[in-house]
Amino acid sequence: MAHAKNHDYHILSPSIWPLAGAVSGFVMLFGFVLMVSPEVGSNQPWMFLIGLVGVGYTMFAWWSDVVAEGHAGDHTPVVRIGLRFGFILFIMSEVMFFAAWFWSFLKHAMYPMDPDGMSPMVDGIWPPAGIETFDPWHLPLINTLILLLSGCAATWAHHAIAHENNRRDLVRGLAVAALLGGLFTFFQAYEYSHAGFGFAGNIYGANFFMATGFHGLHVIIGTIFLLVCLGRAMRGHFTPERHVGFEAATWYWHFVDVVWLLLFTVVYIWGR
Amino acid sequence: MADAAIHGHDHHDDRSFFERWFMSTNHKDIGILYLFVAAIVGFISVLFTMYMRLELMEPGVQYMCLEGARLIADASAECTPNGHLWNVLITYHGVLMMFFVVIPALFGGFGNYFMPLQIGAPDMAFPRMNNLSFWMFVAGVSLGVASLLAPGGNGQSGSGVGWVLYAPLSTSEGGFSMDLAIFAVHLSGASSILGAINMITTFLNMRAPGMKLFKVPLFSWSIFVTAWLILLSLPVLAGAITMLLTDRNFGTTFFDPAGGGDPILYQHILWFFGHPEVYIVVVPGFGIISHVVATFSKKPVFGYLPMVWAMIAIGALGFVVWAHHMYTVGMSLTQQSYFMLATMVIAVPTGIKIFSWIATMWGGSVEFKTPMLFAIGFIFIFTMGGVTGIVLSQAPLDRAYHDTYYVVAHFHYTMSLGAIFAIFAGVYFYIGKMSGRQYPEWAGKLHFATFFIGVNVTFFPQHFLGRQGMPRRILEAPEGFAYWNYISSWGAFLSFASFVFFVGIVIYTLRFGRKVTENNYWNEWADTLEWTLPSPPPEHTFETLPKQSDWDRGHAH
Repeated sequence: MAHAKNHDYHILSPSIWPLAGAVSGFVMLFGFVLMVSPEVGSNQPWMFLIGLVGVGYTMFAWWSDVVAEGHAGDHTPVVRIGLRFGFILFIMSEVMFFAAWFWSFLKHAMYPMDPDGMSPMVDGIWPPAGIETFDPWHLPLINTLILLLSGCAATWAHHAIAHENNRRDLVRGLAVAALLGGLFTFFQAYEYSHAGFGFAGNIYGANFFMATGFHGLHVIIGTIFLLVCLGRAMRGHFTPERHVGFEAATWYWHFVDVVWLLLFTVVYIWGR
Repeated sequence: MADAAIHGHDHHDDRSFFERWFMSTNHKDIGILYLFVAAIVGFISVLFTMYMRLELMEPGVQYMCLEGARLIADASAECTPNGHLWNVLITYHGVLMMFFVVIPALFGGFGNYFMPLQIGAPDMAFPRMNNLSFWMFVAGVSLGVASLLAPGGNGQSGSGVGWVLYAPLSTSEGGFSMDLAIFAVHLSGASSILGAINMITTFLNMRAPGMKLFKVPLFSWSIFVTAWLILLSLPVLAGAITMLLTDRNFGTTFFDPAGGGDPILYQHILWFFGHPEVYIVVVPGFGIISHVVATFSKKPVFGYLPMVWAMIAIGALGFVVWAHHMYTVGMSLTQQSYFMLATMVIAVPTGIKIFSWIATMWGGSVEFKTPMLFAIGFIFIFTMGGVTGIVLSQAPLDRAYHDTYYVVAHFHYTMSLGAIFAIFAGVYFYIGKMSGRQYPEWAGKLHFATFFIGVNVTFFPQHFLGRQGMPRRILEAPEGFAYWNYISSWGAFLSFASFVFFVGIVIYTLRFGRKVTENNYWNEWADTLEWTLPSPPPEHTFETLPKQSDWDRGHAH
């Protein structure tokens, strides 16, 4: 009778991954400072790279455990609801992270600093003198369409598994979505290399590159997430009732889409 | 028989020490880990303040000398004031207390341990991620300590920029200590965000059958509200300090006017986090105080529903008042008027809470056990701070009080002492439940008396110093401020002695305290689910989910 579990919640056995992840995170961040700080005599990347590998391996091993637990039947309906809640909350915190970057951009676009030091009595001009911004109706528009199309593909994949139990279309949709995500990253890198402004020394470049750069990072993470789902889909992990991981990837991908639409309208179109 | 079998099994624990404390997926163990680490960091952080009060005790600089920091004044030796050391101490006192003591103790410690118990959940929604929150907090503490020892500004170690890390001070501070401090805050923030996700999901998804939202005990509600504040405000701080990081290391100019940036922007983003932060610190305390007051008044808490809505209102309003921290930066009158009005509105829900606690005691059969003393102390002290808060919310008055000791006194009364009194009330209220041993009542009362007198002697005179115009964050108080500084320092030493005594009480209780045999060692008004469990609770609780009759008290709500 002892330790009979009479509920549907998931009670986990002890795990080393939280400790491993935190130690790796410490090493990675300390190493990052040693790698980039101009105050450090000779910058070396090694400590950072060791920490990064540790963090990456922890993520891989941890989520492998999660997938295995899912197969073992630990993810009962109520646990799946919890996983969905958790992921939505995570996306909400991500939204607030982007709020900071939009805040900075909007502040400087609406109330640019006066170069002669008269702010806030006199506003400067935006974009600052000497900054040549991108034309939103060229590559950025194409990239917008690519990302939206990728979102459509993800939804197609979701529809295929959820409503038709069609694994072939699920795999196709995911492959198209991930491919378009990769294409977006490629074009974004191309665009960066042709920027008419630098990252350092001017507020436009700082705002532009940090906001779109963090978005780009999220696109890369989202693409990896989709690729993981693609691999799992090919192994037949998803069923019409049970595909929380894939659902989370799709939500994440749509979140990345929406952030891009805001970047496109606010930064590229309105803020030029 | 079944009960006895469960009980018998739990007395031998098949987890090794390492498994239990380093690989934990158990909300109770993780809660205890949080409380211990927060206590250790808190002790370090309090030691800093003792050194600061020692220095401020007399005019002139006797201890923090460039020739070497001293513990004993030496009039014959030369002493050049070391302002950097002073700045480092105030900075780390603030950063450690805000991010690594109070949030981990109240939200991580009590929240983890008691929120799942109160709602009848077998554990947190994500037990493994719960442990990640804890270890990331430890990693953050480690980065913070590394930052304290790493090369910093003025050719010395540590960063002396104030806990708010204002640019341009923080972007121009030398060394890489500042960068480590930024990452320490990043890790603490990530840890808190993961914790918040966990708490919200647990609260929404794992309540006992029949426990509707407005039947949830007030402490669990307070953790839920706090979790939302953390979830929505900390990522914004992460953005702001990332901007500091790139300004320092990659030449961006977010906060540098020479490149078109704006240092005031940093203050806005920081305080958009910073104001919710003060409620993150104190709202879990509201929850603990509600249970303590009801238990020792032998009455259900007065106005359960308004209490819940007041916490929600405080949380929501906390997001729209941030610029009252920065009236003097050159905002327009319209902006200042708005922030003044919005700030004063917060007094309404706060007043609802204060008056409801008083109404709970009113006509009750009040028993002055130690947790209750700390709860009443909380109500007094928090009201004091609230009243000076109304004064400071006035933009015109703030012109005089800004960055004076009046502000220092105000926020220590509200947020710091409020949170600390709630933590003490919580420790005395629950230590029997968590450890199975009860503290000696006389010792708790002595701790309360000395602590209450100590902190009031410390901080009340600081109002006078502020009104005399003494600025915050100065190493050397001029002659004119000597009188009240001297008294304030003695108050600080008394508080410290009291704190050391408290540490002694805890150690004594854990080792030699009277064994607790009953599940509910207070009275029937401690009627939430944690009081139906043995003390200490077994490794796994609520293996069979509680029935509605176990927790639903018609009279309670």
